[in-house]
Amino acid sequence: MSSLPVNRQTALPGFQESDNTAENPGVRAPLVLNMDRFGQVTRQVCQVAESKKPPFAWYAAFTISLGLVGLLGFCVNYLIFTGVGVWGLNNPVMWAFDITNFVFWVGIGHAGTLISAILFLFRQKWRTGINRFAEAMTIFAVICAGIFPGIHVGRVWLAYWLFPIPNQMEMWPQFRSPLLWDVFAVGTYFTVSFVFWFVGMVPDLATLRDRATGRIQQFAYGLFALGWRGSNRHWHRYERAYLLLAALSTPLVLSVHSVVSFDFAVSQVPGWHTTIFPPYFVAGAIFSGFAMVVTLAVPARQLFGLKDLITLRHLDNMNKIILVTGCMVGYAYSMEFFIAWYSGAVYERFAFINRAFGQYWWAYWIMVSCNVITPQLFWFKSIRTSIPIMFALCLVVNIGMWFERFVIIVTSLANDFLPTSWDFFTPTWVDMGTMLGAFGLFGTLFLLFCRYLPMIAIAEVKATMPQANPHWSGYAAHDDHGHAGGSAQPSFASPDALRSPGSGPDGGPSAP
Amino acid sequence: MTTLSPIPAPVIQGNQIPRKRLYGIMAEFHDPAALMAAADKVRMAGFRWWDCHTPFPVHGLDQAMGIKRTILPVLVFGAGMTGTMIGFCLQAFTNAASFSIWALVWVTGYPFLISGKPLISLPAFIPVMFELTILLSALSAVGIMFLFNGLPRWNHPLLANKRFLRVTDDRFFIVIESRDPRFFASRTEQFLKDLGAKAVEMVEA
Repeated sequence: MSSLPVNRQTALPGFQESDNTAENPGVRAPLVLNMDRFGQVTRQVCQVAESKKPPFAWYAAFTISLGLVGLLGFCVNYLIFTGVGVWGLNNPVMWAFDITNFVFWVGIGHAGTLISAILFLFRQKWRTGINRFAEAMTIFAVICAGIFPGIHVGRVWLAYWLFPIPNQMEMWPQFRSPLLWDVFAVGTYFTVSFVFWFVGMVPDLATLRDRATGRIQQFAYGLFALGWRGSNRHWHRYERAYLLLAALSTPLVLSVHSVVSFDFAVSQVPGWHTTIFPPYFVAGAIFSGFAMVVTLAVPARQLFGLKDLITLRHLDNMNKIILVTGCMVGYAYSMEFFIAWYSGAVYERFAFINRAFGQYWWAYWIMVSCNVITPQLFWFKSIRTSIPIMFALCLVVNIGMWFERFVIIVTSLANDFLPTSWDFFTPTWVDMGTMLGAFGLFGTLFLLFCRYLPMIAIAEVKATMPQANPHWSGYAAHDDHGHAGGSAQPSFASPDALRSPGSGPDGGPSAP
Repeated sequence: MTTLSPIPAPVIQGNQIPRKRLYGIMAEFHDPAALMAAADKVRMAGFRWWDCHTPFPVHGLDQAMGIKRTILPVLVFGAGMTGTMIGFCLQAFTNAASFSIWALVWVTGYPFLISGKPLISLPAFIPVMFELTILLSALSAVGIMFLFNGLPRWNHPLLANKRFLRVTDDRFFIVIESRDPRFFASRTEQFLKDLGAKAVEMVEA
């Protein structure tokens, strides 16, 4: 239709056109800015995938990421052909960078599931702006995580021993080991997250299919859109299935990092053998994951012109969650210390004093300053809504959370029961290369996703617009086509109680 | 109001056209409110083979269309319980049994004795049972949803329609299929026009 009005105001009372962070009880903050037509949302999201060339920064980032993937490939192959001795591992520090990276990446993934599942169950509509790429982040993070235990097993060609594959050797995995629970937890987590992501994307892939002009795009998007045609009978089952997935993913995401924490908590190493680990790991995972979502969202919305869909309010909300989970993490750190003293266990007490003042004191204090002190700045709204500051703080949180895992794993192992077997872990260049390479892999996958897939859940965002409410009557009276046939418009055109007169889309009074 | 008919107009007379050539009639709406009102009327007119097509799920349209709640959750619950049982049997067999069963090959369990713990140590089996419950539930929720929806289906009369391309963008459609017993091309077309559709169009099969 040629008569699509552009750039109508959507400002609601109490909200600026470009700043929707104000709190106005009684008025729902707008989640989509500067747009009041569904088509505008479609175009805004699809232009990223449809543009002939992405912005220059995309090429720059992609080149760097791809280079790091090369480094990862080299390091992993070098490890496989030489042996795990190329890492800085020693006896007693048998786990170091590999497991640190594994726990770090699994943790990153948790924010995506929290956004897509838990916020969905709580009917937090702002999740729609960020859930798609947060879920993508989850999947890519779990891929990165999966690499590390995979190559850490030593004889990589026997990694299939992790799975209960029917065999005639009476050789089975030992199901009482938390390491095996991990295989099932992370495997399920990846599968369910992937399915969740894909199912959510099917209607949007159909949008891209219907807009595609090239043969290749039509075929590729068409193939994965599975012939979706927006039938309401389909939507009905789709929404049910989606709700079920959310309800299933919620306990799943809580279980995954709990199981990861069992890898430590079930052992008897001082500093690991604590009951606080499962909730503490989950809170830390969500904390680091949200920091990563903000780290990715800030450049992405800038680069691809999505500021009206990933608004300041979305970022503000995420920063609030970072503040809350940061406080939980801080509480866990102090409670660990308290229990170490209160338990009266000498090894436990030593482990914690050693963490803060032993050979790895610097790692511990990096962790505390990054994870406990930094997020406290988010108490101030001016900081929560300042793009450069939040970006910097979230990078700091990412670093802090990496160090948290390093501190837990390495300090506990390096100085355990017998002082004669103590040692100091120093990473080698292969350790460093593999860690950087994993970031490269993550970046590569994420950049490809941004370029070719709908970065924002188009259908879900549309459904959160006030215009999507069947009782909304905003531009009905001003529609150029009029309402022929005298349909039931009058009976449905009850004014939305939340919209004050004069707030109609083009400044005129709302109908009726 | 615009009416575009790709099928030559004179063909449509009463119910004369061959059923096979016509998939149905499609009416286009521009906002959810108009669609809801129209869907209500189509249901009340007694049509059975009809559907609404929307870019996003419209709240309340299920009721307007009279769609019955799907039994999907019940089936998913069954699948989840199956997962729990598989999880238990898998662990009990591989870690506690000493007999053989056939699972692609003849396999024998191995009674692992770990620190004198009971062979069937349920608490230690719970994480894997839980994960398999979730895994089977999630996969079956999605699989059954697509199965019931008849997807994937890459060829469909509606997907070949130019106007219908905007259903994934910002247009709302009601489609009444020609196989509906109450379908009469000209009368149904007029009926849809009277519902306030912005455009009414024949869809070829």
